[in-house]
Amino acid sequence: MSAAPAVSDRSTPRWRAWLLLAPMVAWLTLFVVVPTAILIVYSFCERDEVGRVLFTFTLENYHRVLDPVYLWIFARSIGYAGLTTVICIAVGYPVAYCIGRAREEWRQRLLLLVMVPFWTSFLIRTYAWITILKQEGLLNGLLHQLSPTASPLDLLYTPTAVVIGLVYAYLPFMILPIYGSVEKLDGSLIEAAHDLGAGPLRVFSAVIIPLTLPGIAAGTLLVFVPAVGMFAITDLMGGARVPLIGNVIQNQFMQARDWPFGAALGAVFMALFAVTYWVMLKFGAGEEETPA
Amino acid sequence: MSTMVDLRGVTKRFGAFTAVNDVSLEIASGEFLTLLGPSGCGKTTLLRLMAGFDAPTVGSVWIGGEDVTQLPPYRRPVNQVFQSYALFPHLTVGENVGFGLRMQQVGQAEAAARVAEALALVSLTGLDTRRPHQLSGGQRQRVALARALVCRPKVLLLDEPLSALDAKLRRAMQLELKRLQRQLGITFVFVTHDQEEALTMSDRIAIVNAGRIEQLGTAHEIYHRPATRFAADFVGQANLLEAQLLLQDAETVQVAVTGGLELSLPLAAWPVGATTALIAVRPEKVHVAKRRARSNFYASAANRFEARIEEEIFQGATDHLVIVTATGTRLGVVVANESAFGEIFHEGDRVYCALHADDLVVVRAD
Repeated sequence: MSAAPAVSDRSTPRWRAWLLLAPMVAWLTLFVVVPTAILIVYSFCERDEVGRVLFTFTLENYHRVLDPVYLWIFARSIGYAGLTTVICIAVGYPVAYCIGRAREEWRQRLLLLVMVPFWTSFLIRTYAWITILKQEGLLNGLLHQLSPTASPLDLLYTPTAVVIGLVYAYLPFMILPIYGSVEKLDGSLIEAAHDLGAGPLRVFSAVIIPLTLPGIAAGTLLVFVPAVGMFAITDLMGGARVPLIGNVIQNQFMQARDWPFGAALGAVFMALFAVTYWVMLKFGAGEEETPA
Repeated sequence: MSTMVDLRGVTKRFGAFTAVNDVSLEIASGEFLTLLGPSGCGKTTLLRLMAGFDAPTVGSVWIGGEDVTQLPPYRRPVNQVFQSYALFPHLTVGENVGFGLRMQQVGQAEAAARVAEALALVSLTGLDTRRPHQLSGGQRQRVALARALVCRPKVLLLDEPLSALDAKLRRAMQLELKRLQRQLGITFVFVTHDQEEALTMSDRIAIVNAGRIEQLGTAHEIYHRPATRFAADFVGQANLLEAQLLLQDAETVQVAVTGGLELSLPLAAWPVGATTALIAVRPEKVHVAKRRARSNFYASAANRFEARIEEEIFQGATDHLVIVTATGTRLGVVVANESAFGEIFHEGDRVYCALHADDLVVVRAD
C-alpha cells in the first residue's frame, strides 16, 4: 500500500533535482567544458605571423612541448610545487593539529587567524613579501640591527623567494583540510593507543597520521595543483629568473601571441593534473583496502 | 590475597572542581570490583587515575606493588575497555586486537597466535579481516575486550562498556564478563551507573558519590546493610525514615519514625548516645497480609502494625504498594504478585504488617 506513493514520491523530484542542478551544469558547460574544448582544438592548430589562429591540423605544438627546454620547466614546476607541498605539510600539520585539538571555544578564533590573510588582496600580500625580502627590506634591516657587520641576504628574485611565496600563498589550503580531519579524530582513540603501550611517537605514526591522511591528501591536492601552475608569484618574487610552466603558458598567450602552443602546454598541464588526481584517488582508496 | 591496585589518599582537582576527594582503595588480586555511582560522581576519574590518563593532584597510585603514579599509560600493566570501544577504524579486527602486541614488539608468530586465542576467547574467530564498521555493537564490544585482554594486563579497566548495548545483550555480556574474569583470574575494575549490573557481576562494590567512596562491600552487604542515605537510595529502593528515640532498655530501643509509627530495634544497631537517626527499610522487607491470623506467620517479627493500602501498582512479577498507618506513616512495600497466602491486594484494603528488627538499618544521613 505504501509502496506506490513511495515510488511516485521518488520519481517526482528526479526532474526537480535536474532543475536544481541546471545552473551549475550551465556554469560548468559555459566556463569549463567549452573553454577546455576550445583549448584542445587550438592546441592542434597553427598560427600565422601576427598570431592569428589558423584552423589547420598539426601535431607540431605537442612536438614542441617535448623540447627539453619545456620538459625541464615542467620538471622544475613539479619540483617547486612538490617542495612547496612538503613544506606546507611540515609547517601546516602541527598548526592544524594544535587548532584541531584546542578547546572548542578557541578553535574558531584560531581558525580565523589562519584566514585573516584572505581579507587582503593576494597581490598586496605578495608585494608585502617583496618589501620584507628585498635587499634594503625589513628582514635585512632587522639582521643589520642584530649584527651590523653581516652581509645582507640576497633573497628576492631567487628560487628561495619563490618557494617562500608559494608556501605563504598556499599554507591555509593545507591547514584547513588537515584541521578538518584532526577535529574529527576521536580523542579516545589516542588514549586507547597509549593504553595499549604506544608512546607519543608510535601514537602519532600508527594512529594519528593514518586517520588524518584524508586531510593531508586533500591539502596536497589543493596546494600542489595550483602551485604547479602559479605564475604571479614567480613573476613578482622570482623576477622571471626562475620561470615555471605557468609563466611560460602565460607568455605564449600574452607576449609571444602563440595561442596554439600555449594551448598545447595547457593541455599537457591539465593531463598532468588529471593523472595526479587519479594517483591521489588510487592512493586514498588503496589505504582503505590494504592492511597497513 | 595480595593487593593488586592500591589508591593511597588520592585527590584529583580540575581547577576549582574536586573530582576525587581523598580516596583510599585497595583492590585484591583477581577481584571483580565495581565503582558504582551517578554520572559526575568521580568514578570515571578514579578509573583514569588507574589507567594513567590523569595524574592525581595528591596521593599515589600503586599497581602490583609498584608505585605507578608517575608512569604514563603506556608503561602501566593495565588495559582499558573504553565506553565507546575506541576501535581503530583504519585497522581490521585482527590488527586492532594485535595493536598492543605490535607496540610491545611481540614476534609475529606469537602475536598471531595470541590474537587468534583472544578472538576465540570472545567468540569472534574468523572475523579478523573485518573492519570495525562492519561489526554489530556487541561484536565491537568483544573486539575491544579482546584487544585489551590480549596484552595480558594485571588489571583490566572497564569504563561503562555495556552502556551502548540493548538490554538483552547487556544481560548476556554481564554474565560473559563475569565468566571471563573467573576463567582468566585477572583483576577487573568496572565502572557503571547501573546498580543491577554492579550487583550481578561484582565481588565487591564501591559506591562513589561526590568524589568519595561512600561504602565498600559485597553486593549483599551493600544491599542489606547500606551505610549511608545515598547508598540506600542509589542501590535498590528504600524507605528512609527519620527516627526519634523514645525508650531505651538493656537490649532494645523504641523509636518513633516520621508519621508517628513506633518501632523497636536492637540497641546494638542504634548509634551510641544519639536521640535521632535515619532508618532505611527495603520495601520487600515489609511483610503484609490481609488477615490478622496470617500475620502471626511473622510472629517472631519485633514490629507489627496495621495499615491501609493507599496505592497499588501491579508490575507483573511484583506488586508495588504504598501503605499508610493509622498515625500517618507512609511506607513503600513490594510483594510478589500475590502474598505468601495467595492474597491479591487492592487499594483501600486493610493489611496487617510485620517488620523484623534486623531489617531496620540505621544509615548515616550525609
